[in-house]
Amino acid sequence: MNKFLKWFASDSFIVSLAAIVMGLLLGAIVMMIGGYNPIDAYMALISRVFGDTYGFGEALREMTPLVLTGLAVAFAFRAGMFNIGAEGQVLMGMTGASLIGIKLTGLPALIHAPLAIIVGALFGGLWAALAGYIKAKRGVNEVITTIMLNWTALFLCNYIVRTFLLMPGNQRSVDIQPSASISIGWLSEMMGNARVHWGILLALLASTFFYYFLWKTKQGFELRAVGSNAEAARYAGINVNKNIVKAMFISGVFAGLAGAFETLGVFHYQSVYASSPGYGFNGIAVALLGMNHPFGVLAGAGLFGTLTYGSAGMSFDAGVPPEIIQIVIGSIIFFIAAQGIVRFILKPVYKRKKEKVL
Amino acid sequence: MDLLTLGNLINTTLVFSTALIFAALGGLFSERSGIVNIGIEGLMVFGAFAAAVGTHYAEEAGMGGASPWVGLLTAVVVGVLGSLIHAVATITFKADQTISGVVINFLATGITLYLVKLLFEGAGETPLLMNRLAKLSFPDIASIPVIGPIFGVGILNAYPTTFIAIALVFVTYYVLYKTKFGLRLRAVGEHPSAADTMGINVNRMRYIGVMLSGALAGLGGATITLTTTGLFSHTTISGQGFIAIAAMIFGKWNPLGIFGAALFFGFSQAIRNYVQLFEWSASIPQDFILMLPYVLTVIVLVVAVGKSRAPAALGEPYDPGKR
Repeated sequence: MNKFLKWFASDSFIVSLAAIVMGLLLGAIVMMIGGYNPIDAYMALISRVFGDTYGFGEALREMTPLVLTGLAVAFAFRAGMFNIGAEGQVLMGMTGASLIGIKLTGLPALIHAPLAIIVGALFGGLWAALAGYIKAKRGVNEVITTIMLNWTALFLCNYIVRTFLLMPGNQRSVDIQPSASISIGWLSEMMGNARVHWGILLALLASTFFYYFLWKTKQGFELRAVGSNAEAARYAGINVNKNIVKAMFISGVFAGLAGAFETLGVFHYQSVYASSPGYGFNGIAVALLGMNHPFGVLAGAGLFGTLTYGSAGMSFDAGVPPEIIQIVIGSIIFFIAAQGIVRFILKPVYKRKKEKVL
Repeated sequence: MDLLTLGNLINTTLVFSTALIFAALGGLFSERSGIVNIGIEGLMVFGAFAAAVGTHYAEEAGMGGASPWVGLLTAVVVGVLGSLIHAVATITFKADQTISGVVINFLATGITLYLVKLLFEGAGETPLLMNRLAKLSFPDIASIPVIGPIFGVGILNAYPTTFIAIALVFVTYYVLYKTKFGLRLRAVGEHPSAADTMGINVNRMRYIGVMLSGALAGLGGATITLTTTGLFSHTTISGQGFIAIAAMIFGKWNPLGIFGAALFFGFSQAIRNYVQLFEWSASIPQDFILMLPYVLTVIVLVVAVGKSRAPAALGEPYDPGKR
C-alpha cells in the first residue's frame, strides 16, 4: 500500500497530471477565443459521461477498443517497432469474428462466442505478423508495410463483407447469430440499453497479460531486450527475427480482439467502410498517453474515451464544436511527451517544495 | 490501349503524384536532419486548410485568378508555423519525435476544423472556391501525331504545381548533394556530434530541416485543395500524408527515389480508372482494383527493394554532453 501511495507522489504521476490540467486549460483558452464558455462545455462533457448509467456504459464501450489498440501499439513499441497498422488489424479482427459469428450456426453460445473471438484475434495477429515477417526476412521497415496493409485490409474486408456476408441492399453484413453475441443483456437493460459487453472485462485481462508477459516471463524479457537494443540482443544469443514476428503477432492479437469485440458486442454486424474508421490511430494516441505501459494504457484509454465520448455532449448541450477535444487530447499528449516544458512550468512549485524540506 | 488513353493515364498519374512529391520531399528534409516526421499528414491538413482560406479571402478581396497563388503562399506559411510546434518540442525540448508527430496530426484536424467553424458560421467545410489552379494547355503540341498524345496531353497538359513539384525534386537533389547546406544537413542527420565538432550548429540545421518539411507538406496539402477538391473539409486529406511517408521510405530518403516512388503510387492510383477499359477487368471485383496500389507496393518492397537505410541519427535528440 505504501508503494501505491508513493507512486501517486512520484514525479511521472505529477508531470502527467500537470500535462492533463495544462491540456484542459489550453482547450479552455481556445474555447474562450472562439467565444464559448469553457466551464459550461466541460460540465456538459462530464455530465454526458457520468450523468447517468447509459452515458457511463457507453463511455466504457468507447474505451474498450481504445484499451486494446493502445495495448497493441504499446506492445510493438516495447519490442522496438512502430505498429501503425492496428487500424487494419482491427478490421481483420472484425472480419474474422463476423465470418464465424454469421456463418457458423447451431453452436452453443459458450463455444460460438469464444470461437468467434479467437478467430478474430488470430486474423488480427496474422495480419500484423505478416508485416513482422516481411521485416524479419527482407528488412522492410514495418511503418511502410503496416500503412500499406491498412489500406489492403480496408478493401479486403469490404470485399469479404460484400461477397459473403452482405445484407442485400445495405452497406453492411447480416446480423451475427445470437449465440455469437457477447453483449451482457441484463447489465445493458440496467444501464438504459448502453451497449456493454464482456469485451470490457477481457480488455482489462489483456492489459494484465501484457504486464505479466513482458515483465514476468523469459519470452517477455527477450522481447524487451530486442526492443531496447537489437544488436546487443543478437549478441546475447536471442533470435531477433523470431522475436520481431512474435511481437507483431501478439500486437495484432490485441488489435484483432478490439475488432472482434466491436462486431460481437457492439454492432452485431460489420459495415462496409468507405474509409478507415480510425481505431488504430486512436490507439497510437492512447499508447503514447499511457507511456507504453499496460496500466498507463488503461488510464490513457479512460481519459481519451471520456473526452471523445463526452465531446458529443459538449456539442449538444453547450454548443461547443467537438473538434476542440482533438486539440485538448493533442496538447495533453504533447505535454506528456515534451516533459521538459511541463517541468519548466512546474519549476517554481518544485523549488518551494524543496525549500520546505530544507 | 490507344495513344490518347495512354496520354490521359500519364496525366492522371502526374495529378495524383504531385501532392505526394511535395509532402515526401518535406519528410525527406526533416528526416535527413535527424528528426522523424510522422506529422506530415497533419502538416498537409494545415496546408490544405490554409490554401482554402487564403484563396477564399483573396477572392473576396477581388484578386480573381491570382487568388490560388495567394492560397499556395498561405499554405507554405501555415505549414511552417505548424512544423514549428514539432521543431520546438523535439529539438528544443527533446521530446519523443514520434509522439510529437502524432500530436501534430491530432492538433491539425482539431485546429483547422474548429477554425472553419469559427470563420464560416459553424460550417463543416470552407466555401467552394471559384478560382482554382488551371491546367496548362498546349493545343499545338497536342495535335502532333504520336508525340502529341504523350507529351501534349500526357505530360505538358498539367497543373503548374506539377511542374513546380518536379522541379523541386531536382532542386532538392542539387541542394542535398551539391551544396554546403546539403552536406551539413546530412551530416547532422548521420552523426550530429561529429557535425557539431566541425562547427555546425546542429539544432539550427534541424530547425531548418523541420521547417522546410512544413513548407513542403503545406504545399502538398494545398495542391489537393487547389487542384482536386476546391474546398477544405475533414476528408480533403485522408491518409495522403502517410502514403507520402511510405514514398519517402520507399525512395530510400533520396529525392530521385522519392520521385520514382511518388510516381509509382500516383500511377497505381491512376490505373484504377483505366483498368475498367479492358474487358477482362469486369471479372475483377472493384475492391481488388482499389487494393492494387497497396498490394503492389508491398510486393515491390519485398521482391525488389528490401532494406532501406534511414539516416543514422534519426529519432535521437542531440545532446552535446552525451558520448
